[in-house]
Amino acid sequence: MIDERGAVKVVIDADLCQGQGRCFSIAPSLFGFDDLGSGVVLGDGTLSAETLELARLAQANCPEHAIFIEES
Amino acid sequence: MNDKSPVVDFATDWDHTDPEWVNDPYPIWEDLRLRCPVAHTDRYGGAWFPASHAGVSMVAKDTDTFTSRSVVMGNGRPTDEDLPAPIGLAPPITSDPPFHQIARKLILPAFAPRPINALEPQIRALCAKLLDDVVGQEIVNASQSYARLIPPAVIRQMLGFPEADTEKFIEMVHVIVEAIDLPEEERIEQFVPVEEYFTRQIEDHQENPRDDLTTFLLNAEIGGEKLAVEHVFGTMVLILVAGIDTTWSAVGASLWHLAQHPDDLARLVNEPELMSVAIEEFLRYYAPVTMARLVKQDVEYLGCPMKEYDWILLGFPAANRDPVVFKDADKFIIDRAENRHVAFGLGIHRCIGSNLARLELRVAIEEFIQRYPTFELANQNDVTWSQGQIRGPRNLPLRILA
Repeated sequence: MIDERGAVKVVIDADLCQGQGRCFSIAPSLFGFDDLGSGVVLGDGTLSAETLELARLAQANCPEHAIFIEES
Repeated sequence: MNDKSPVVDFATDWDHTDPEWVNDPYPIWEDLRLRCPVAHTDRYGGAWFPASHAGVSMVAKDTDTFTSRSVVMGNGRPTDEDLPAPIGLAPPITSDPPFHQIARKLILPAFAPRPINALEPQIRALCAKLLDDVVGQEIVNASQSYARLIPPAVIRQMLGFPEADTEKFIEMVHVIVEAIDLPEEERIEQFVPVEEYFTRQIEDHQENPRDDLTTFLLNAEIGGEKLAVEHVFGTMVLILVAGIDTTWSAVGASLWHLAQHPDDLARLVNEPELMSVAIEEFLRYYAPVTMARLVKQDVEYLGCPMKEYDWILLGFPAANRDPVVFKDADKFIIDRAENRHVAFGLGIHRCIGSNLARLELRVAIEEFIQRYPTFELANQNDVTWSQGQIRGPRNLPLRILA
Protein backbone atom coordinates (compact mmCIF):
# COMPACT_ATOMS: atom_id res chain seq x y z
CA MET A 1 0.00 0.00 0.00
CA ILE A 2 1.12 3.47 -0.75
CA ASP A 3 1.27 5.68 2.28
CA GLU A 4 -0.92 8.75 1.79
CA ARG A 5 1.73 11.07 3.13
CA GLY A 6 4.75 9.69 1.29
CA ALA A 7 4.72 9.69 -2.51
CA VAL A 8 6.27 6.89 -4.55
CA LYS A 9 8.25 8.06 -7.52
CA VAL A 10 9.93 6.46 -10.47
CA VAL A 11 13.27 7.84 -11.63
CA ILE A 12 15.74 6.99 -14.37
CA ASP A 13 19.44 7.16 -13.59
CA ALA A 14 20.68 9.08 -16.62
CA ASP A 15 24.23 7.76 -16.13
CA LEU A 16 23.03 4.16 -16.35
CA CYS A 17 20.44 4.63 -19.12
CA GLN A 18 21.84 3.65 -22.53
CA GLY A 19 18.66 4.14 -24.53
CA GLN A 20 17.65 0.49 -24.70
CA GLY A 21 14.12 1.78 -25.21
CA ARG A 22 12.22 -0.76 -23.14
CA CYS A 23 10.61 1.61 -20.62
CA PHE A 24 8.89 3.90 -23.09
CA SER A 25 7.58 1.02 -25.15
CA ILE A 26 6.20 -0.88 -22.13
CA ALA A 27 4.85 2.14 -20.25
CA PRO A 28 4.41 5.10 -22.61
CA SER A 29 2.20 6.78 -20.02
CA LEU A 30 5.14 6.96 -17.60
CA PHE A 31 8.19 7.27 -19.84
CA GLY A 32 9.17 9.17 -22.95
CA PHE A 33 12.45 9.69 -24.76
CA ASP A 34 14.74 12.59 -25.57
CA ASP A 35 16.37 13.54 -28.86
CA LEU A 36 19.20 11.06 -28.28
CA GLY A 37 16.77 8.22 -27.56
CA SER A 38 17.42 8.05 -23.82
CA GLY A 39 14.48 7.26 -21.58
CA VAL A 40 12.96 10.10 -19.57
CA VAL A 41 10.31 10.09 -16.85
CA LEU A 42 7.20 12.02 -17.85
CA GLY A 43 6.06 14.62 -15.33
CA ASP A 44 7.43 14.31 -11.80
CA GLY A 45 7.28 10.52 -11.78
CA THR A 46 4.75 10.22 -8.95
CA LEU A 47 3.07 6.83 -9.09
CA SER A 48 -0.44 5.71 -8.21
CA ALA A 49 -1.28 2.17 -7.12
CA GLU A 50 -1.94 1.23 -10.76
CA THR A 51 1.00 2.96 -12.33
CA LEU A 52 3.30 1.49 -9.68
CA GLU A 53 2.75 -1.96 -11.21
CA LEU A 54 3.50 -0.61 -14.66
CA ALA A 55 6.65 1.10 -13.41
CA ARG A 56 7.77 -2.16 -11.80
CA LEU A 57 7.23 -3.98 -15.08
CA ALA A 58 9.35 -1.42 -16.92
CA GLN A 59 11.99 -1.73 -14.20
CA ALA A 60 12.02 -5.52 -14.59
CA ASN A 61 12.65 -5.12 -18.32
CA CYS A 62 15.46 -2.58 -18.22
CA PRO A 63 18.67 -4.40 -19.20
CA GLU A 64 20.79 -1.61 -17.73
CA HIS A 65 19.03 -1.59 -14.32
CA ALA A 66 18.61 2.16 -14.75
CA ILE A 67 15.07 2.50 -13.33
CA PHE A 68 14.50 3.09 -9.63
CA ILE A 69 11.31 3.31 -7.62
CA GLU A 70 11.74 5.47 -4.58
CA GLU A 71 9.61 6.34 -1.59
CA SER A 72 10.01 9.89 -0.43
CA MET B 1 33.16 -24.63 -45.02
CA ASN B 2 36.46 -24.33 -43.24
CA ASP B 3 39.55 -26.47 -43.16
CA LYS B 4 40.23 -25.99 -39.45
CA SER B 5 40.65 -28.91 -37.11
CA PRO B 6 37.39 -29.94 -35.49
CA VAL B 7 36.79 -28.92 -31.90
CA VAL B 8 36.97 -31.75 -29.36
CA ASP B 9 36.37 -29.72 -26.19
CA PHE B 10 34.75 -26.29 -26.46
CA ALA B 11 35.90 -25.42 -22.93
CA THR B 12 39.58 -25.37 -23.89
CA ASP B 13 39.61 -25.17 -27.70
CA TRP B 14 36.42 -23.44 -28.79
CA ASP B 15 35.84 -22.06 -32.26
CA HIS B 16 32.67 -20.12 -33.08
CA THR B 17 33.01 -21.16 -36.74
CA ASP B 18 33.02 -24.88 -35.91
CA PRO B 19 30.06 -26.55 -37.68
CA GLU B 20 28.63 -27.81 -34.38
CA TRP B 21 28.58 -24.23 -32.98
CA VAL B 22 27.21 -22.82 -36.24
CA ASN B 23 24.38 -25.35 -36.44
CA ASP B 24 23.25 -25.31 -32.81
CA PRO B 25 25.35 -23.37 -30.30
CA TYR B 26 22.88 -23.45 -27.42
CA PRO B 27 23.78 -26.86 -25.92
CA ILE B 28 27.47 -25.91 -26.14
CA TRP B 29 26.86 -22.69 -24.23
CA GLU B 30 24.78 -24.47 -21.60
CA ASP B 31 27.57 -26.97 -21.07
CA LEU B 32 30.17 -24.18 -20.81
CA ARG B 33 28.03 -22.26 -18.31
CA LEU B 34 27.95 -25.29 -16.06
CA ARG B 35 31.59 -26.27 -16.46
CA CYS B 36 33.66 -23.08 -16.81
CA PRO B 37 31.95 -20.57 -17.12
CA VAL B 38 34.72 -18.82 -19.11
CA ALA B 39 36.01 -20.94 -22.00
CA HIS B 40 39.40 -20.49 -23.61
CA THR B 41 40.93 -21.23 -26.98
CA ASP B 42 44.42 -20.82 -28.43
CA ARG B 43 42.81 -20.29 -31.84
CA TYR B 44 42.69 -16.73 -33.21
CA GLY B 45 45.86 -15.98 -31.28
CA GLY B 46 44.15 -16.56 -27.94
CA ALA B 47 40.54 -15.87 -27.00
CA TRP B 48 38.07 -16.16 -24.11
CA PHE B 49 34.34 -16.77 -24.10
CA PRO B 50 32.31 -15.96 -20.97
CA ALA B 51 29.16 -18.06 -21.24
CA SER B 52 27.27 -16.51 -18.33
CA HIS B 53 25.19 -13.33 -18.28
CA ALA B 54 27.31 -12.02 -15.38
CA GLY B 55 30.55 -12.47 -17.31
CA VAL B 56 29.21 -10.91 -20.50
CA SER B 57 27.77 -8.01 -18.53
CA MET B 58 31.04 -7.29 -16.70
CA VAL B 59 33.13 -7.29 -19.87
CA ALA B 60 30.62 -5.22 -21.85
CA LYS B 61 30.65 -2.48 -19.21
CA ASP B 62 34.37 -2.50 -18.48
CA THR B 63 35.92 -0.18 -21.05
CA ASP B 64 39.00 0.28 -18.86
CA THR B 65 40.11 -3.34 -19.18
CA PHE B 66 38.85 -4.02 -22.71
CA THR B 67 39.05 -2.08 -25.94
CA SER B 68 36.60 -2.02 -28.85
CA ARG B 69 39.29 -1.25 -31.43
CA SER B 70 38.23 -4.39 -33.21
CA VAL B 71 34.85 -5.98 -32.59
CA VAL B 72 35.14 -8.79 -35.12
CA MET B 73 37.37 -11.65 -34.06
CA GLY B 74 39.95 -12.83 -36.53
CA ASN B 75 43.47 -14.16 -36.73
CA GLY B 76 45.08 -10.73 -36.92
CA ARG B 77 45.15 -7.83 -34.52
CA PRO B 78 44.58 -4.16 -35.35
CA THR B 79 47.69 -2.00 -35.56
CA ASP B 80 48.03 1.75 -35.21
CA GLU B 81 48.40 1.92 -38.96
CA ASP B 82 45.14 0.29 -39.96
CA LEU B 83 43.15 1.78 -37.12
CA PRO B 84 44.13 5.41 -36.65
CA ALA B 85 43.31 6.44 -33.09
CA PRO B 86 41.00 7.79 -31.85
CA ILE B 87 38.51 7.35 -34.70
CA GLY B 88 38.94 3.66 -35.41
CA LEU B 89 37.76 1.86 -38.50
CA ALA B 90 34.04 2.30 -37.94
CA PRO B 91 33.23 4.92 -35.28
CA PRO B 92 31.68 4.77 -32.76
CA ILE B 93 31.55 0.95 -32.52
CA THR B 94 35.35 0.72 -32.79
CA SER B 95 35.97 3.76 -30.58
CA ASP B 96 36.80 3.81 -26.88
CA PRO B 97 36.08 6.57 -24.36
CA PRO B 98 36.36 9.50 -24.40
CA PHE B 99 36.15 9.82 -28.23
CA HIS B 100 33.43 7.17 -28.34
CA GLN B 101 30.86 9.38 -26.65
CA ILE B 102 31.53 12.27 -29.02
CA ALA B 103 31.16 10.10 -32.12
CA ARG B 104 28.10 8.36 -30.72
CA LYS B 105 26.24 11.51 -29.69
CA LEU B 106 26.70 12.75 -33.21
CA ILE B 107 24.62 9.99 -34.77
CA LEU B 108 22.25 9.12 -31.90
CA PRO B 109 19.62 11.69 -32.97
CA ALA B 110 19.34 10.08 -36.41
CA PHE B 111 18.48 6.72 -34.79
CA ALA B 112 16.28 8.01 -31.95
CA PRO B 113 12.65 6.85 -31.82
CA ARG B 114 11.14 9.93 -33.43
CA PRO B 115 12.90 9.83 -36.83
CA ILE B 116 12.91 6.02 -36.88
CA ASN B 117 9.19 5.63 -36.13
CA ALA B 118 8.49 7.91 -39.09
CA LEU B 119 9.87 5.18 -41.38
CA GLU B 120 7.12 2.69 -40.52
CA PRO B 121 4.84 3.32 -43.52
CA GLN B 122 7.74 2.94 -45.97
CA ILE B 123 8.94 -0.27 -44.32
CA ARG B 124 5.42 -1.67 -44.38
CA ALA B 125 5.06 -0.84 -48.07
CA LEU B 126 8.44 -2.42 -48.79
CA CYS B 127 7.49 -5.67 -46.99
CA ALA B 128 4.17 -5.79 -48.81
CA LYS B 129 5.93 -5.35 -52.15
CA LEU B 130 8.42 -8.13 -51.39
CA LEU B 131 5.50 -10.40 -50.53
CA ASP B 132 3.76 -9.41 -53.78
CA ASP B 133 6.90 -10.49 -55.63
CA VAL B 134 6.58 -14.08 -54.38
CA VAL B 135 2.81 -14.32 -54.55
CA GLY B 136 1.53 -17.70 -55.70
CA GLN B 137 4.74 -19.55 -54.79
CA GLU B 138 4.05 -22.70 -52.84
CA ILE B 139 7.48 -22.54 -51.22
CA VAL B 140 9.00 -19.20 -50.29
CA ASN B 141 12.62 -18.81 -49.28
CA ALA B 142 11.81 -16.39 -46.48
CA SER B 143 15.47 -15.64 -45.85
CA GLN B 144 16.64 -14.97 -49.41
CA SER B 145 13.46 -13.52 -50.91
CA TYR B 146 12.16 -11.60 -47.91
CA ALA B 147 14.28 -11.04 -44.76
CA ARG B 148 17.49 -10.41 -46.74
CA LEU B 149 15.98 -7.66 -48.84
CA ILE B 150 14.35 -5.54 -46.14
CA PRO B 151 17.27 -3.95 -44.23
CA PRO B 152 19.40 -2.83 -47.21
CA ALA B 153 16.45 -1.06 -48.83
CA VAL B 154 15.82 0.82 -45.59
CA ILE B 155 19.49 1.74 -45.10
CA ARG B 156 19.90 2.78 -48.75
CA GLN B 157 17.06 5.18 -48.29
CA MET B 158 18.40 6.54 -44.99
CA LEU B 159 21.78 7.22 -46.59
CA GLY B 160 20.06 8.87 -49.52
CA PHE B 161 21.56 6.69 -52.25
CA PRO B 162 19.61 6.44 -55.53
CA GLU B 163 16.63 4.10 -55.50
CA ALA B 164 17.74 2.76 -58.88
CA ASP B 165 20.86 1.43 -57.14
CA THR B 166 18.91 -0.76 -54.69
CA GLU B 167 19.92 -4.10 -56.29
CA LYS B 168 23.52 -3.01 -56.73
CA PHE B 169 23.54 -1.73 -53.18
CA ILE B 170 22.22 -5.03 -51.80
CA GLU B 171 24.95 -6.94 -53.64
CA MET B 172 27.61 -4.58 -52.35
CA VAL B 173 26.42 -4.82 -48.79
CA HIS B 174 26.61 -8.58 -48.89
CA VAL B 175 30.12 -8.41 -50.25
CA ILE B 176 31.14 -6.29 -47.26
CA VAL B 177 29.29 -8.43 -44.76
CA GLU B 178 30.65 -11.67 -46.09
CA ALA B 179 34.14 -10.25 -46.55
CA ILE B 180 34.46 -9.70 -42.81
CA ASP B 181 35.72 -13.25 -42.30
CA LEU B 182 38.20 -13.13 -45.20
CA PRO B 183 41.95 -12.63 -44.83
CA GLU B 184 43.03 -8.98 -44.72
CA GLU B 185 44.34 -8.75 -48.34
CA GLU B 186 41.22 -10.29 -49.85
CA ARG B 187 39.03 -8.10 -47.74
CA ILE B 188 40.78 -4.96 -48.94
CA GLU B 189 40.40 -6.15 -52.53
CA GLN B 190 36.67 -6.80 -52.08
CA PHE B 191 36.32 -3.36 -50.61
CA VAL B 192 37.64 -1.43 -53.63
CA PRO B 193 34.37 -1.15 -55.62
CA VAL B 194 32.48 -0.35 -52.43
CA GLU B 195 34.89 2.45 -51.62
CA GLU B 196 34.57 3.80 -55.15
CA TYR B 197 30.78 3.75 -54.99
CA PHE B 198 30.71 5.43 -51.59
CA THR B 199 33.18 8.06 -52.70
CA ARG B 200 30.92 8.88 -55.66
CA GLN B 201 27.91 9.12 -53.36
CA ILE B 202 29.80 11.37 -50.93
CA GLU B 203 30.85 13.65 -53.81
CA ASP B 204 27.30 13.76 -55.11
CA HIS B 205 26.02 14.71 -51.66
CA GLN B 206 28.67 17.41 -51.35
CA GLU B 207 27.44 18.92 -54.62
CA ASN B 208 23.74 18.28 -53.96
CA PRO B 209 23.10 18.30 -50.21
CA ARG B 210 19.74 16.84 -49.18
CA ASP B 211 17.87 15.61 -46.14
CA ASP B 212 19.54 12.28 -45.48
CA LEU B 213 22.15 10.62 -43.29
CA THR B 214 25.02 11.17 -45.73
CA THR B 215 24.45 14.92 -45.85
CA PHE B 216 24.01 14.88 -42.08
CA LEU B 217 27.41 13.22 -41.61
CA LEU B 218 29.09 15.55 -44.09
CA ASN B 219 27.76 18.59 -42.23
CA ALA B 220 28.42 17.22 -38.75
CA GLU B 221 31.12 18.87 -36.70
CA ILE B 222 33.27 17.93 -33.75
CA GLY B 223 34.70 20.91 -31.87
CA GLY B 224 33.84 23.27 -34.72
CA GLU B 225 35.54 21.13 -37.36
CA LYS B 226 33.92 18.99 -40.02
CA LEU B 227 34.42 15.25 -39.59
CA ALA B 228 37.48 13.63 -41.14
CA VAL B 229 36.60 11.85 -44.40
CA GLU B 230 37.68 8.57 -42.79
CA HIS B 231 35.19 9.23 -40.01
CA VAL B 232 32.29 9.81 -42.43
CA PHE B 233 33.26 6.77 -44.48
CA GLY B 234 33.80 4.62 -41.37
CA THR B 235 30.42 5.50 -39.91
CA MET B 236 28.71 4.72 -43.23
CA VAL B 237 30.41 1.33 -43.34
CA LEU B 238 29.35 0.72 -39.76
CA ILE B 239 25.73 1.55 -40.56
CA LEU B 240 25.83 -0.94 -43.43
CA VAL B 241 27.62 -3.76 -41.69
CA ALA B 242 25.71 -3.41 -38.44
CA GLY B 243 22.33 -2.69 -39.96
CA ILE B 244 21.95 -5.36 -42.60
CA ASP B 245 22.60 -8.99 -41.78
CA THR B 246 21.77 -8.42 -38.11
CA THR B 247 18.15 -7.55 -38.85
CA TRP B 248 18.05 -10.04 -41.72
CA SER B 249 19.02 -12.69 -39.16
CA ALA B 250 16.45 -11.60 -36.59
CA VAL B 251 13.60 -11.61 -39.11
CA GLY B 252 14.71 -14.99 -40.49
CA ALA B 253 15.11 -16.64 -37.08
CA SER B 254 11.70 -15.40 -35.96
CA LEU B 255 10.02 -16.84 -39.06
CA TRP B 256 12.01 -20.07 -38.59
CA HIS B 257 10.56 -20.31 -35.09
CA LEU B 258 6.99 -19.59 -36.18
CA ALA B 259 7.25 -22.17 -38.98
CA GLN B 260 7.89 -24.85 -36.36
CA HIS B 261 5.57 -23.62 -33.62
CA PRO B 262 2.05 -23.36 -35.02
CA ASP B 263 0.67 -22.51 -31.56
CA ASP B 264 2.86 -19.43 -31.32
CA LEU B 265 2.03 -18.48 -34.90
CA ALA B 266 -1.70 -18.81 -34.25
CA ARG B 267 -1.44 -16.71 -31.10
CA LEU B 268 0.37 -13.93 -32.95
CA VAL B 269 -2.18 -14.00 -35.76
CA ASN B 270 -5.13 -13.95 -33.37
CA GLU B 271 -3.70 -11.71 -30.66
CA PRO B 272 -1.80 -8.95 -32.46
CA GLU B 273 -1.46 -7.06 -29.16
CA LEU B 274 1.11 -9.71 -28.18
CA MET B 275 3.47 -8.53 -30.88
CA SER B 276 5.57 -6.16 -28.78
CA VAL B 277 6.36 -8.74 -26.07
CA ALA B 278 6.80 -11.45 -28.70
CA ILE B 279 9.38 -9.31 -30.52
CA GLU B 280 11.41 -9.04 -27.30
CA GLU B 281 11.26 -12.81 -26.83
CA PHE B 282 12.40 -13.37 -30.43
CA LEU B 283 15.27 -11.00 -29.68
CA ARG B 284 16.15 -12.80 -26.45
CA TYR B 285 15.87 -16.33 -27.73
CA TYR B 286 17.40 -15.82 -31.16
CA ALA B 287 19.67 -12.82 -30.49
CA PRO B 288 21.77 -12.67 -33.66
CA VAL B 289 24.71 -10.54 -32.57
CA THR B 290 27.93 -11.51 -30.81
CA MET B 291 30.59 -8.82 -30.39
CA ALA B 292 34.29 -8.98 -29.60
CA ARG B 293 36.70 -7.00 -27.47
CA LEU B 294 40.47 -7.04 -27.01
CA VAL B 295 42.22 -7.21 -23.65
CA LYS B 296 44.19 -3.97 -23.19
CA GLN B 297 46.95 -5.44 -21.02
CA ASP B 298 47.71 -8.60 -19.05
CA VAL B 299 45.08 -8.98 -16.36
CA GLU B 300 43.50 -11.57 -14.07
CA TYR B 301 39.81 -11.31 -14.90
CA LEU B 302 36.80 -13.54 -14.18
CA GLY B 303 39.37 -15.89 -12.68
CA CYS B 304 41.29 -16.15 -15.94
CA PRO B 305 44.85 -15.11 -16.79
CA MET B 306 44.10 -12.85 -19.75
CA LYS B 307 46.95 -11.60 -21.90
CA GLU B 308 47.31 -8.34 -23.78
CA TYR B 309 45.49 -8.58 -27.15
CA ASP B 310 43.60 -11.74 -26.24
CA TRP B 311 40.12 -11.64 -27.72
CA ILE B 312 36.96 -11.76 -25.64
CA LEU B 313 34.00 -13.03 -27.59
CA LEU B 314 31.02 -11.23 -26.08
CA GLY B 315 28.16 -13.69 -26.44
CA PHE B 316 24.99 -11.70 -25.90
CA PRO B 317 22.98 -14.64 -27.30
CA ALA B 318 24.52 -16.92 -24.65
CA ALA B 319 23.82 -14.38 -21.88
CA ASN B 320 20.18 -14.39 -22.99
CA ARG B 321 19.90 -18.11 -22.20
CA ASP B 322 21.41 -17.89 -18.70
CA PRO B 323 18.95 -19.42 -16.19
CA VAL B 324 20.40 -17.25 -13.41
CA VAL B 325 18.78 -14.23 -15.07
CA PHE B 326 15.88 -15.72 -17.04
CA LYS B 327 13.23 -18.04 -15.64
CA ASP B 328 12.83 -21.03 -17.97
CA ALA B 329 15.67 -19.56 -19.99
CA ASP B 330 15.67 -22.45 -22.46
CA LYS B 331 11.97 -22.05 -23.22
CA PHE B 332 10.54 -19.66 -25.80
CA ILE B 333 7.62 -17.96 -24.04
CA ILE B 334 5.83 -15.74 -26.49
CA ASP B 335 4.17 -13.60 -23.81
CA ARG B 336 7.15 -13.44 -21.43
CA ALA B 337 6.41 -10.32 -19.36
CA GLU B 338 9.78 -9.82 -17.70
CA ASN B 339 12.54 -9.93 -20.24
CA ARG B 340 15.76 -8.13 -19.49
CA HIS B 341 17.44 -9.49 -22.62
CA VAL B 342 20.71 -8.08 -23.91
CA ALA B 343 20.26 -8.70 -27.64
CA PHE B 344 21.37 -5.12 -28.33
CA GLY B 345 24.35 -5.31 -25.99
CA LEU B 346 24.92 -3.56 -22.70
CA GLY B 347 26.60 -0.35 -21.63
CA ILE B 348 27.96 2.44 -23.79
CA HIS B 349 28.00 0.44 -27.04
CA ARG B 350 24.29 -0.45 -26.95
CA CYS B 351 23.27 -1.03 -30.57
CA ILE B 352 22.59 2.41 -31.97
CA GLY B 353 20.15 0.95 -34.48
CA SER B 354 18.01 -0.87 -31.93
CA ASN B 355 14.93 1.28 -32.57
CA LEU B 356 15.22 0.67 -36.30
CA ALA B 357 15.89 -3.05 -35.85
CA ARG B 358 12.82 -3.47 -33.64
CA LEU B 359 10.66 -1.57 -36.10
CA GLU B 360 11.85 -3.61 -39.08
CA LEU B 361 11.47 -6.88 -37.18
CA ARG B 362 7.95 -6.06 -36.00
CA VAL B 363 6.71 -4.81 -39.36
CA ALA B 364 8.35 -7.69 -41.25
CA ILE B 365 6.67 -10.28 -39.02
CA GLU B 366 3.32 -8.48 -38.98
CA GLU B 367 3.20 -8.23 -42.77
CA PHE B 368 4.34 -11.81 -43.30
CA ILE B 369 1.82 -13.44 -40.96
CA GLN B 370 -0.97 -11.21 -42.16
CA ARG B 371 -0.31 -12.46 -45.70
CA TYR B 372 0.43 -16.04 -44.65
CA PRO B 373 -1.30 -16.96 -41.38
CA THR B 374 -0.10 -20.57 -41.62
CA PHE B 375 3.19 -21.93 -42.92
CA GLU B 376 5.72 -24.59 -42.06
CA LEU B 377 9.30 -25.55 -42.85
CA ALA B 378 9.41 -27.07 -46.32
CA ASN B 379 12.45 -29.14 -45.49
CA GLN B 380 14.44 -28.93 -42.27
CA ASN B 381 17.58 -30.11 -44.09
CA ASP B 382 17.52 -27.18 -46.48
CA VAL B 383 17.81 -24.62 -43.69
CA THR B 384 21.33 -23.23 -43.41
CA TRP B 385 22.77 -20.87 -40.80
CA SER B 386 25.31 -18.11 -41.17
CA GLN B 387 28.79 -18.54 -39.74
CA GLY B 388 30.54 -15.93 -37.64
CA GLN B 389 29.37 -13.35 -35.16
CA ILE B 390 25.93 -12.77 -36.69
CA ARG B 391 23.65 -15.78 -36.46
CA GLY B 392 20.58 -16.32 -38.58
CA PRO B 393 19.10 -18.62 -41.23
CA ARG B 394 20.48 -17.97 -44.71
CA ASN B 395 18.17 -20.41 -46.46
CA LEU B 396 14.69 -20.77 -45.12
CA PRO B 397 12.26 -22.52 -47.47
CA LEU B 398 8.77 -22.19 -46.04
CA ARG B 399 5.74 -24.04 -47.34
CA ILE B 400 2.78 -21.69 -47.46
CA LEU B 401 -0.33 -23.43 -46.13
CA ALA B 402 -2.86 -20.63 -46.36
